[in-house]
Amino acid sequence: MNIATLLHMQPEVMLACFIIILLFADLTIRQPNHRILQLITIGLLLVHLATNLTLSEETLFGGMYHSSPMSSAVKSILTIGTLLVVLQAGPWIRLSDNNHKAGEFYILVFTTLLGMFFMTSAGHFLMFYVGLEMASIPMACLIAFDKYRAGSAEAGMKFILSAMFSSALMLFGISLLYGTVGTLYFSDMPEHIVGSPLQMGALVFFFAGLGFKLSLVPFHAWTPDTYQGAPTTVGGYLSVVSKGAAAFALVNILLRVFGPMAENWELLLSVVIVLTITVGNLMALHQQNMKRFMAYSSISQAGYILLAILAGATGTAALTYYILAYMAANLAVFCVINEIEQHTGGHVDRDDYRALYTTNPRLTLVLTLALFSLAGIPPFAGFFSKFFVFAAAAREGHWIVTFLALINTVISLYYYLLVVRAMYIDPSDNPAPTFRTGRLGQLTLVVCLIAIVALGLVSPIYETLCQAAMLTFGAN
Amino acid sequence: MELEIHVFHYLVVSTVMLFCGIYGFCTRKNLLAMLISVELMLNASNINFAVFNRYLFPGQLEGHFFSLFGIAIAAAETAVAIAIIINVYRNFNRVLTDDVSHMKG
Repeated sequence: MNIATLLHMQPEVMLACFIIILLFADLTIRQPNHRILQLITIGLLLVHLATNLTLSEETLFGGMYHSSPMSSAVKSILTIGTLLVVLQAGPWIRLSDNNHKAGEFYILVFTTLLGMFFMTSAGHFLMFYVGLEMASIPMACLIAFDKYRAGSAEAGMKFILSAMFSSALMLFGISLLYGTVGTLYFSDMPEHIVGSPLQMGALVFFFAGLGFKLSLVPFHAWTPDTYQGAPTTVGGYLSVVSKGAAAFALVNILLRVFGPMAENWELLLSVVIVLTITVGNLMALHQQNMKRFMAYSSISQAGYILLAILAGATGTAALTYYILAYMAANLAVFCVINEIEQHTGGHVDRDDYRALYTTNPRLTLVLTLALFSLAGIPPFAGFFSKFFVFAAAAREGHWIVTFLALINTVISLYYYLLVVRAMYIDPSDNPAPTFRTGRLGQLTLVVCLIAIVALGLVSPIYETLCQAAMLTFGAN
Repeated sequence: MELEIHVFHYLVVSTVMLFCGIYGFCTRKNLLAMLISVELMLNASNINFAVFNRYLFPGQLEGHFFSLFGIAIAAAETAVAIAIIINVYRNFNRVLTDDVSHMKG
């Protein structure tokens, strides 16, 4: 063990350094420094993205930390997601209540990202647990960031209490697992996993704990309130980056640790998937508030992500690709919601979007394409990501679940189109005024738009992910 | 034989603690009481880790370390949760769940 081994965990080390750099930048640059800090953060994330190219399998600290081509790809995707969130944070962080706390915002975002990195490349339950908490505790601070807005405090309270509840359940599951196995290293566990009743209990507790984080259906009650109350930028971060990391951690542990119990968790997962997609869709149908609507939409999207997990090792590439496509579309939607909210004095209802086409045609176009991608309409990324997920699940023989998920895509198409109809067809006496999106906001929307269109058409992206999955999980 | 009975007794205690915590979390109206219930749940798993390590795998330290980390992380969580509850109190002048619920649907 020498200092050079730390180079193998370069993404985490770099991110930790970035946090310190930001801390000093926040201290030394004179207020108001929100604009400079935003640019510094964007620069740091770009540097991180450019240097994160580990493609070899590395195991550090006796198996505590395990980096693989797949986890490296996931980290890059999470970094891209964070970058898009930071790019669109401008109009919100500029508000007079927030602009003196811009440094804190970016530091907290980096801290959660660091936690997610540890979570995705954990090789031991302790590392996983610490990473998970490192991702969710600062997340609560981000959600309660608007100190003088009651909704934000309420959302933060709901998030932190359900996060603690879920991690307590998960911890109990891990402790039962430890009692039956005697080790907490992922690599040593599968040989002792035989599906005994205690291990079944452990699996259920563990799954319930992560189900809260992923907002799967029996455990989803906190999601709509949290998304509605949280600042819109944070809502976007929560729905995409946090969810993506938790999904990858779940697939990693289900395959690496609970692999021998596959037939047990496949049934559990199938029921939860069908429930998640259906309930998410049905609840989204009658939502007026756009942030609440996106929360229910994200619940049902989590179900599709899980469908890829059901496909086992072959599904991991589809899962990662789904997260990427979902990220582009969802962050575009959140960016538009945020812009409209900040420029109209807090309007986030669907009725406020009526006749938006007449005043802001370009913004409307972006939102429409993003919603099409979320619904899975052919030329866009969302279609291909859903296709790969369904194909992976069907190849493994999960016909019924795939069929029910397919029916649900039709329902989801209906409610996504409700928003589109409000913007193009419904008349309105006072539509939202015409406004100019800031330069960084425009950049976010353009990047998301390119991703929505190009991700599906540029096949090397999916092939790279497939290769990474093959190297990591030995799938074919 | 005696060994197993010891583990069993501890497990009964920790399981009762866990479900008391779950019951409390679901029924209490006061946010601080909910927080206390969650602490009960977290401590139940800490007991489990320590007991399993002490009785079943005496040669190792993994379980003990896990409970140490568990305690530290629970403290961090509580600190943030209490800060948020104070903020809730400042905004609503209440810490009862029925009053702190503007968002529904």
